[in-house]
Formats: sequence, structure tokens, C-alpha cells
Amino acid sequence: MSDKLTLPKPQGPVDGAAETLLSVEGLTKHFPIYGGFPIKRKVGAVQAVDGVDLTVGVGESVGLVGESGCGKSTTGRLITRLLEPTAGKVTYAGQDITHASRRQMAPVRSEIQMIFQDPYSSLNPRQTVGTIIKSPMEVNGINPKGGVENRVRELLELVGLNPEHYNRFPHEFSGGQRQRIGVARALSLNPKLIVADEPVSALDVSIQAQVVNLLQKVQEEMGIAFLFIAHDLAIVRHFSQRLAVMYLGKVVEVGDRDSIYNRPRHPYTHALLSAVPEVALDDETEDRERIRLSGDVPSPIHPPSGCRFRTRCWKAQDKCATSEPPLVQISGNRENHLTACHFPEDPTTEARDADIVLDPALAALEKEGE
Amino acid sequence: MTTLTKTEGERAPSGPEAFLSVRDLRVRFSTEDGIVKAVDGLSFDVERGKTLGIVGESGSGKSVTNLTVLGLHNPKTATVEGEIVLDGKELVTATEKEMEKLRGNKVAMIFQDPLTALSPYYTVGRQIAEPFMKHTGASKKEAKLRAIEMLDKVGIPQPAMRFEDYPHQFSGGMRQRAMIAMSLICNPDLLIADEPTTALDVTVQAQILDLLKDLQQEFGSAIIFITHDLGVISKMADDLLVMYSGRAVERGSVREVLRAPQHPYTWGLLSSMPRLGGDTAQALTPIPGSPPSLLNPPSGCPFHPRCGFTSEVSGNRCSGERPELPAGRGAACHLDDAQKSTFFIEQIKPRLG
Amino acid sequence: MLQFLIRRLSGAVVIMFLIGAFTFFLFYTIPQDFAQLSCGKNCSPENIAVIRENLGLDKPITTQFWEFMMGIVSGRDFPQGHCAAPCLGVSFDSGQFVWDSIVDRFPLTLSLTIGGLVIFLLFGLGTGLMAAWKRGTALDKVVSGSSMVLSSFQIYFLGPIVLSLLVFNTGWLESPKYVPITDSPGQWFMGMLIPWAVMATIFTAQYTRMARSTMIEQLQEEHVRTARAKGMRQRYVFFRYAWRGSLIPIVTIIGMDLSALLSGAVVTEFTFDLAGIGRLAVEGSLSKDLPLTMGVMLFGAFFILILNIIVDLAYAYIDPRVRLA
Repeated sequence: MSDKLTLPKPQGPVDGAAETLLSVEGLTKHFPIYGGFPIKRKVGAVQAVDGVDLTVGVGESVGLVGESGCGKSTTGRLITRLLEPTAGKVTYAGQDITHASRRQMAPVRSEIQMIFQDPYSSLNPRQTVGTIIKSPMEVNGINPKGGVENRVRELLELVGLNPEHYNRFPHEFSGGQRQRIGVARALSLNPKLIVADEPVSALDVSIQAQVVNLLQKVQEEMGIAFLFIAHDLAIVRHFSQRLAVMYLGKVVEVGDRDSIYNRPRHPYTHALLSAVPEVALDDETEDRERIRLSGDVPSPIHPPSGCRFRTRCWKAQDKCATSEPPLVQISGNRENHLTACHFPEDPTTEARDADIVLDPALAALEKEGE
Repeated sequence: MTTLTKTEGERAPSGPEAFLSVRDLRVRFSTEDGIVKAVDGLSFDVERGKTLGIVGESGSGKSVTNLTVLGLHNPKTATVEGEIVLDGKELVTATEKEMEKLRGNKVAMIFQDPLTALSPYYTVGRQIAEPFMKHTGASKKEAKLRAIEMLDKVGIPQPAMRFEDYPHQFSGGMRQRAMIAMSLICNPDLLIADEPTTALDVTVQAQILDLLKDLQQEFGSAIIFITHDLGVISKMADDLLVMYSGRAVERGSVREVLRAPQHPYTWGLLSSMPRLGGDTAQALTPIPGSPPSLLNPPSGCPFHPRCGFTSEVSGNRCSGERPELPAGRGAACHLDDAQKSTFFIEQIKPRLG
Repeated sequence: MLQFLIRRLSGAVVIMFLIGAFTFFLFYTIPQDFAQLSCGKNCSPENIAVIRENLGLDKPITTQFWEFMMGIVSGRDFPQGHCAAPCLGVSFDSGQFVWDSIVDRFPLTLSLTIGGLVIFLLFGLGTGLMAAWKRGTALDKVVSGSSMVLSSFQIYFLGPIVLSLLVFNTGWLESPKYVPITDSPGQWFMGMLIPWAVMATIFTAQYTRMARSTMIEQLQEEHVRTARAKGMRQRYVFFRYAWRGSLIPIVTIIGMDLSALLSGAVVTEFTFDLAGIGRLAVEGSLSKDLPLTMGVMLFGAFFILILNIIVDLAYAYIDPRVRLA
């Protein structure tokens, strides 16, 4: 049913051969923790992002999924240089921007834009919509043909808002409309890459689709590459041609849409997919595997040694604690499908003979019920 | 379950009638801008031991309804009309004292965000044990034992030690487990869960949902499960109520409503939501416009300004006449039954991939 | 806990030193000869030279400062005799040891503060809680309205009115005066009654408003709703759950008010013609009396810093999420 991989898209890259726009190598962000006596010093670090490799091709949409604390938002902020990386390298269009100064960043800054999660707090309530959208142009000294104001009206129309609302304030708009304003602001500088951090998760279900469709239109018609960060696996699947799955600051699996959703190898990817509650429209969608992990994600201050997922993994062995599995194309994977696991799962999401239930309370209750 | 549970006789089925029955409930809030009709003529039943799912977006009135059932609305700004009958007892007119005896005892509630729903100032154990002491008259020691037993049941490791912890020392998933332990400690007949997993991560959500289902088997409670997520509801509920603008627009068993939905709003919800098994080449079909204002709800059918099928109804009934929700399976829509079924099969279903 | 205290107390010492340095050197920007001031009108140059030497004004400023600060730790010797630690120097004006003047005046300030505090906490928090409990009712409106009016009053306005009503016109009460509690508790009480009442009226109004608004805010917290959903009684929810959360802002304000009052209630003292720390401070700075001003400043700063630490300890006690570090 979902083997339709090639999409009739005029611009998006169809395969991995597309020109690389952004590449990230060994990206690391550790937030220091201070403490101690009598003089405060660094006593530890939150290892929010720890050695992430990622590429985004020109016009490509890459999804970044994972649960809270996995470092996906931090990764987005590192790429847009809202945060300074601790280590690693960020290359944009062949230029190393890892530690670029303000001045060096200036030309790049306008090409990489960000859309934020909360449409309420990310727009200045004291500015009109017009001012919000035009200020990136003014800051960057860009004067489009026909004037700034004309361009703003064009953008408003493009994102599906009434150009007449130029002088209104954000509070006069609904959540979905505000997110459109955020999209218009991001588009005002003709970016080549948009980092969208949970752009629809604060919106009502019926509104989410409006914004997803708008972003998709922007991506396809304007050829803008996206790094789409979200926790909703179904939305990411809908939006992204390639995906990276993160767990505790590391990418555990990366591949094209079909590989990740239909042929996942990493146990965490299996667990994540099996946890998604799906509306059963017919009986056939019900035979998916059932995996219930136990507990929550461990603290990124003291992540487990070796494979970080091992403490919640049903396949973990001694090796997992001692050596960290590299992110490689393991046997049975298609090209460009990389998995960081010593003991990968079979590439299927179909129901197993026995459910995997690691949660002790669930296991006890289910045993009792039998 | 060894200590101090209610006797079995108390939960013997009292005939086929509904355990909770809400009739023509209307809740209005007076605000500075005018009267907000948060709930506007809502009726539903919950059967013993069954789960009723209520699905709707923000402002649909789903949370207000359930706060009203427990009498937790603000009596100074809200006016409540209609009937709420729980196990033969009228609740709209009940006194505060009568409601106090009911809350946490016969009817318990789980809230969305366990971080803000638990007091940061008291230990988790104390907060769990409190309602047990209040409702059963148990001693502090008995209540502590019972609370530890409940913590163990919901899967908190080392429950005796964690009893003394404060909520901020718990992870998000553990806090929600503690909330569940608190709600079930008096063995309630009805559990109201208001978006209990919305604040949680997807793998934790899956654990909590299964836990709730398994505990329901054991405790035999009826559940009202409120959510905006159709996927979650399809896993949890037996019956389903779709709410829009303070009213129920569709009702039926989960299977009926999700596999053969009849209301254009339900169609819209289904087709605006991508699915893991869906066709990615197929664009999502959003519901146009925004949810209605509750201060000034649209005339007639509240969904008509966003509905794509009003032209199929003769005259201007959609904007002029409020469609009634039939008892039992059905939708509050002016389309006739044949239209509902053909439009879904021909126009909506193919888009769901 | 011990680490916290050591760190905070040593921090407080550093801050006291900085405050002292700042006050000291700021004083020397005044184009005045302190010896001349101290000597009075008919002064011979010889007298001035003697005074200058006695006061140590002939030494470099930094040396003077150092000697002053060391005096606090280990005491100093003056022509008048030994000034034991904590020595805050000798007043240019009166020639008295500054520490002795402060010790002399402090009991009045302390009486004024403690008495006032008890009254305004009792009434202020009491009426505030009552208004929050009965929020939206006529009682709440009366309490909120009157506390709004009263809190905009000032002591220098209300004080004279009360004095003229109760003392000068009717003679019901005597003029406020300070009698040490050790001499006569009754007279001490009667002497302080009017200042307490007037001061407490204004503070009460402020505490009423604050207690009411923080309580109403807390009552809307989700965890308070959870407590009600468990079937806990309304009074229990009010006093256990909502009150606990209101304590943080209340304790903050108490700490600030207390340290302000202990370092001298200037307006109250002048209004009722009482001689406390506040009056001493004003006298010192008007007569450009460097040691006296330094002394009173440091004395006040001491209370502010200590109360700050106490308030932080209270936070940790009230809210388990607060960690002392």
C-alpha cells in the first residue's frame, strides 16, 4: 500500500544523488552543569546532542524524529546557529559555518530560516503582521522589486492570508493563521533551507493539515529544503522523503521513508512505530507488532555506556554496554539506510508471535488477565 | 488487592440502564465579552465498565462537560442546566458536601499534565493516600500501605521508597502513573480521563494507554476518555461521541464511527490526519476555516460555515435549522442517510489511503 | 545546607565590605573639611589640626578606610578610650562611639518593627485570606475596596490625624514615646500603640491585597483543582494546597519589609517624634557625619543580607523543588 516512493515532484530530489545543501558531521552540544564548593565549577554536562551526522540535499525534506530529550530541537538550533556547537562541523553550501562570526554568517543567515512551535510566543504581540514579516528584509538590507510592502502582501497571499490584514496584530489571528504568519516571515528572505521545529504540534487537528499542506506547497513549488523536526511520526512520514531517528542525543537510524517506516532495523525505531496509535479504518491495519518499553528515557546527564538504548532494549547483550554501535549500512539494509545497532531487528513491522512487553506493571497485569 | 477494597456487592450491576446519564446539559459562562455557551444541549450515557470516548478540538466543550459532572466548574461564573444522573443520583442540584463524598471515591479524574496537576509541595505518597483516608476513614498507616500497593500496581519501581518523593523527582510518565494510582485508590465506578496522554511521549503514551485498559479490566470502572486524537480513541474506547462547538455531532460505537462516519466534521477529522499506512502522494484534506466562536456560534448547524456538503441539502436548512442528533447511532446532520453513506464511500474513503 | 550557609555568609561579608567602600569614598567626594565641620564655628587652626589628628583625618583616605573596616573586626583605640569590636568609629558630631549610639537607638526600632509586624501580618493575611475565600461576594468587595484606599494612604498623613484625634483633642491617649520594655511593659505598650496602629494600617492594606491576589491565583492552579477532584474539603484545599503556594511571594515581601523597617522607619519616627535608627541615619547624613552614616548604612545592610539568607532558607522549606546551592 505504501510502496509508492517516487513522487511526481518537479523539483525535490528523487534520489540520494541530489546536491548536498547542508551537511552536519559529529555535531555535539553539551550544556555544562555547574556546582561544587567552595568555588562553582563545571561538574557535568547535559549531553543534549552527541555526534550527529546528517545531510540535507537541495530542495529535500528531511525529517528528524524522536521523543522529548532526544536532542532534535537542539540539533535544529545548532544548525541555525541559535546555539553554538560544542564540537563537530556544520557545512552549508560548501561553507563551514560551525563557528562563523556574525559577519561571516550574514549572507548565510538569510538562506537558513526557522519556524517555531508556538505560534503564540514566537510573534511579537506589539508589532503588526506587516512589521513582523518585513523586519527580516530590513535587517538584512534587502529591497525587493516593487518595494518591501508589496512583497509582504505577496507573502501574505502566498501563505493564504488576506493581504489586507497587513496592519493587524497577531492576537487578531487564530493559532493556525499565526503559524502562517511565521511561515511568511521565514519565506521573506527567499531561504534555501527552513528548519521547522514542531511547526504544527501546538495546533488543533483540523488546522494541522492546513499548515502541513502549506509547508508542502512551499517545499515543492519553491524548492526549499526542509529539516522537519517533529514527534508525530505520521506527519513526518507525510512530509519528509528522508528521516533520521534520534534517541538520547544520537541518530540511531537514518534512511528513506520506506526504509524507516516499513523496513526499520533499530529496535528503538520498531518501538517508536509500534507505539503510534493508529485509527483502524479496516481490520488489516491492526496486525502491527506491539512493543511496550518500560519507563522513560534516561537522563542525558549520565547516558548509558555503549548503545544508549540498551537499558530499554529487549535485544541488549553485554556487547551493547561496552561498544557503541556505529551508524552504518548493516547487511539487509538498502542503500543510504544506516542503522546503529549490534543486534538489529528484522526489516518488518508486522505483528510478532509474541508481543514484547517490557513494562513490569503491564506484564504483570497481562499475565494476571490470561 | 488485599486491603480495604469495597465489597463486591456494591458494584453489582443495577440493571441495564446507564450508569451515568447526561441529558440536555447546558453550561454557560458569563465573561466580559458576553455569554460563552461552552456546552449547548449535550446528552450521552456511559455504561458500567465500558469506555466512552469523547473526541473534539479545543473549545468543543469536552473538558467543560466533564468538570461539570464532578461539579468542579466555578459556580460564580457558570450556569448549569440539564440533568446529570450518576447511579440514580441527580448531580446538578447536589450540594457541595454530597459532591465531595462522590469525588475521588465513586468518580475520579485524571488530568492532562501530571506536572501541574500534582502539587509540588507535598510528597506523591501523601497526595495518593489523602483521598483514601478521606473516603474510607482509613488510618494514615493503612492509607500508606494502600498507596504503596497502588504505586506498585501502576509500575512505579521501589514504591515504598518513591512514596516519599516529590512530584518533581518523578519523570513525566511516572507522574502520570502516580495520577492513575491516585484516581484508582478508592476503586471508583467511573474514571474521567481528560487528555491523559497528550503531554507524554509516544512510547510512554503507549504504556499508559495499555496500563489504563488493563487496570480497567481489573477494577471494572467505566471510563470517559477525552482526547483530540482519533488514533488514541480508537485504541481505548467502546463508544464514541464527537463534539463540536459544545454539541455532540456524532455518536456510535468506535467501530461504527471510525469505519463508517456520518458527519462531515468526522470526515474532516479523518481526512486531515496523516496515517502511518497512508499514501504519501495523497495531499491531506484539511477542514477549511477555524473552529467557531463560542460567544457567537453560527446559526443552524454550527459546522455549516466549514462544511463542504451544504449545497447537497435543499433550501438553507444548514444555516437555518439546527440538526438533531438521533438517539443511538447517528449524526447531527441534515444529509439523509443514503447521502451520508454514499458521500463517505465515494468521496471521503478513497482519500484516507 | 552548611555549604549554603558558608557560601552565603562569606558572600554577605564581601558585599558589606563593598557597601562600606562605596559609602566611604562617595563621602569624600563632598567638598568639605570634616575637621572643620566637627569643630564648629569658632575654631582656631590649631584646634582643627588637633581634631584632624584625633579623628585620623590626617592620614590617606585608603588608610582611613582600612582602619575603619579593621575596627569592625578587632576594635580601635581613640583618645576617648578603647572602642571594642564591632567598632564603627567615633561620630564627628557628638564624639560618641557610633556603635553605642546605634545600640542606644535600636530597641525603639526593634519594638516598632516587631509590634507592627505582628499586627499587620495578623490582620493583613487574615483579611486577605477571608476575601479570597469569599471572593466575588460583597464582603470581598468591601475588603478589596477599603484596602485599596488605605494602602494609598501615607504615614505622614494618617499619623497626624490619629494623633490629633486621640491625643491632642480628646486626651484619650498620651503622645507616643518610647519606654524600654524592661522598665515597664505597660508603658512600653501604651507608648508604642499609636505608631503601631498607624504603621500597621497601611501595611495591613498592602498585605491584604497581596494575600488575596496570590491566593486567588493559587486557587486556579491545576493541582488545587486535582485536590478538589479527589474529594478533599474546600477548607482543606484552601489552607493546605493554595496557601502553601501563596507563601513564597508572601515570605519574599515580609523579608523585604522587615529589613527595611529594621534599618530604620524614618517617616514613622519623624511623624511620632521617636528617636530610632532611622532618625540617627538622617541626622548622620545631614551633618555629613561620616562614621555615623557608615555605621548606620552597614547596620542596615547587615539586616538586609541576613534576612535575604533567611528568606532563601524559608523558600527551601516551603518548596521542595528549591535546592540550596
